[in-house]
Amino acid sequence: MVKIITVYGLLLLQAMGRTLLLALLGLFFACFIGLIFGMMGVVKNRVANIISQIFVDAIRGVPMIVLAFFVYFGVPYFFNTIIGGFSVSLSALSAGTICLALNCGAYMAEIIRAGIQSVDIGQMEAARSLGLTYGMAMRKVVLPQAIRTMIPTFINQFIITLKDTSILSVIGFPELVNTAKNVQANTFMSFQTWAIVGIMYLIVITILSRSAKVIERRLSVGR
Amino acid sequence: MADNNEIKISVKNLKKYYGDLQVLNDINIDVNKGEVVVIIGPSGSGKSTFLRCLNRLETATDGTIIIDGIDITSRHTNINKVRENIGMVFQHFNLFNNLNIIDNLTLAPTQLKKCSKEEAAAKARKMLAKVGLEDKAASYPSQLSGGQKQRVAIARALCMEPGIMLFDEPTSALDPEMVGEVLQVMKDLAADGMTMVIVTHEMGFAREVADRVIFIDGGYIVEEGTPQEVLLNPKETRTIDFLNKVL
Repeated sequence: MVKIITVYGLLLLQAMGRTLLLALLGLFFACFIGLIFGMMGVVKNRVANIISQIFVDAIRGVPMIVLAFFVYFGVPYFFNTIIGGFSVSLSALSAGTICLALNCGAYMAEIIRAGIQSVDIGQMEAARSLGLTYGMAMRKVVLPQAIRTMIPTFINQFIITLKDTSILSVIGFPELVNTAKNVQANTFMSFQTWAIVGIMYLIVITILSRSAKVIERRLSVGR
Repeated sequence: MADNNEIKISVKNLKKYYGDLQVLNDINIDVNKGEVVVIIGPSGSGKSTFLRCLNRLETATDGTIIIDGIDITSRHTNINKVRENIGMVFQHFNLFNNLNIIDNLTLAPTQLKKCSKEEAAAKARKMLAKVGLEDKAASYPSQLSGGQKQRVAIARALCMEPGIMLFDEPTSALDPEMVGEVLQVMKDLAADGMTMVIVTHEMGFAREVADRVIFIDGGYIVEEGTPQEVLLNPKETRTIDFLNKVL
C-alpha cells in the first residue's frame, strides 16, 4: 500500500486530474446539449418535440461503452474507409468528451424539460398576459424557478458523469482507471491499487455530494 | 352606464372547440369604454374560456375578437402589443414566485421598455399604495396572504396602464375574510372608469358594480342585461335555476 502511494501516488493524482478534466469538459458541452434539447422538448412545436425525444431515446438506449467505441473507432472508419478520401482521427480526449457530452446531455435534456414543466403554467400565462414574449417569460420567470428544482438533480447527474469517465478507459484515455491498470500490471498489487483508486473516487464524489446538500439547503431558504 | 360609446371589445360569432367538444357557441358581445361587464354562470359553462379568448390565452376556433380596433384572431396581429393594453387577474394570482413584489410590478414595464427602471419603480410604489400594500415592496409572494397576493396581482396589471382589465374569478381562491379587500380594490377601479370584464360568483358585487351582467351556460349567452334585470328579474328558467342555487 505504502509503496504504491510513494511510487505511483503522483501518477494516480495526475490521472485523477485528467479524469476531472474529462468530466468537466463533458459536462460543459452537456449543458449546452441539454439546454438545446430540453428547450426543444417544451416549446409548442411538434417537430422540435419529436427531435428532442428521438435524441434522448437514442442516447439513453445505447450503453456508453458502445457509444465510445462508435465515436472513437466507428466514425473515423466511416469517413476514411467507407466513404474514403478523408483522414479523420479523433484523440481519445475529444472522443471521450463527445461521448460524455452526448450521454450526459441527453439526461440533462430530460432534467431541464421536467424542471420547466414542473413550474406552474400560470406563471407563464401571467407573464404572457402582461405582453412579455415567450422568450422573456422563459428567461425571467420560468427558468429561474425551474433551475431551483433542477440543481439537486443536476449535481446528481454530475456525479454519475464523473463516474462514467471510467468507461472511457476502453478507448485508451489515460484517466484514473486506465492509469491504475498500468500500475497494477507493473506491481501485481491489485488489491492495494484498486482500493486506493476506489478511495480516490470516493473522496472526490463525497465532497461533491456534500456540497450538493449545502447548496440544496441554501436554495430552499427563500421558499 | 358607459361614459361614451367608444367600443373597446367587440366579439362576433365567437366559437371555441376542444376537439369535438364545443365550449363556446356563437358568442356576440360588445363592451364600451368604461363599462363593467360581469359574467356569471355554472362551472364548465365556458365563462373562463371566453375571458381567456379576449387576450388570446385561448385561441378562438371561429369568429372575430376586436380589441381597440385590432382583430386579435388574425394571424398577423402582434398579440404581445395588444396584451400590453389588457391587464389580467387570475384566480390563483400567479405572482412570479422568483421575484419580490416590486420586481413583480416592474418586470413587464422595464422588459418591454415602457419606461426606465426608476420610473417603473416609482409607478410600482404608487400602484402598491393604491392597493394599500406599500410596505410589502421588498416581500416575496410566499410571505403574503391570499388577499394581499391578489391585490398585488391587480397592481402588477395596472403598472402597464392597460385600457382593459380582465378578472378570472379573482376571489374564488380566497378565504372569506379576504374577499372584501380585493372587491374594494376592484370597486375603486370601476369608479375610476376602467373598462372591466369580470368572471365571478360574487353576486352582491355584480349587483353593486356591474353595468351589465351576462349569464353564460353551455357555451351560450342565455341572458344579458342590467344587474336589475338579470339578477333580480331573470326571465330564462336556466338563469332562475342558477340564481336559486347560488343566492
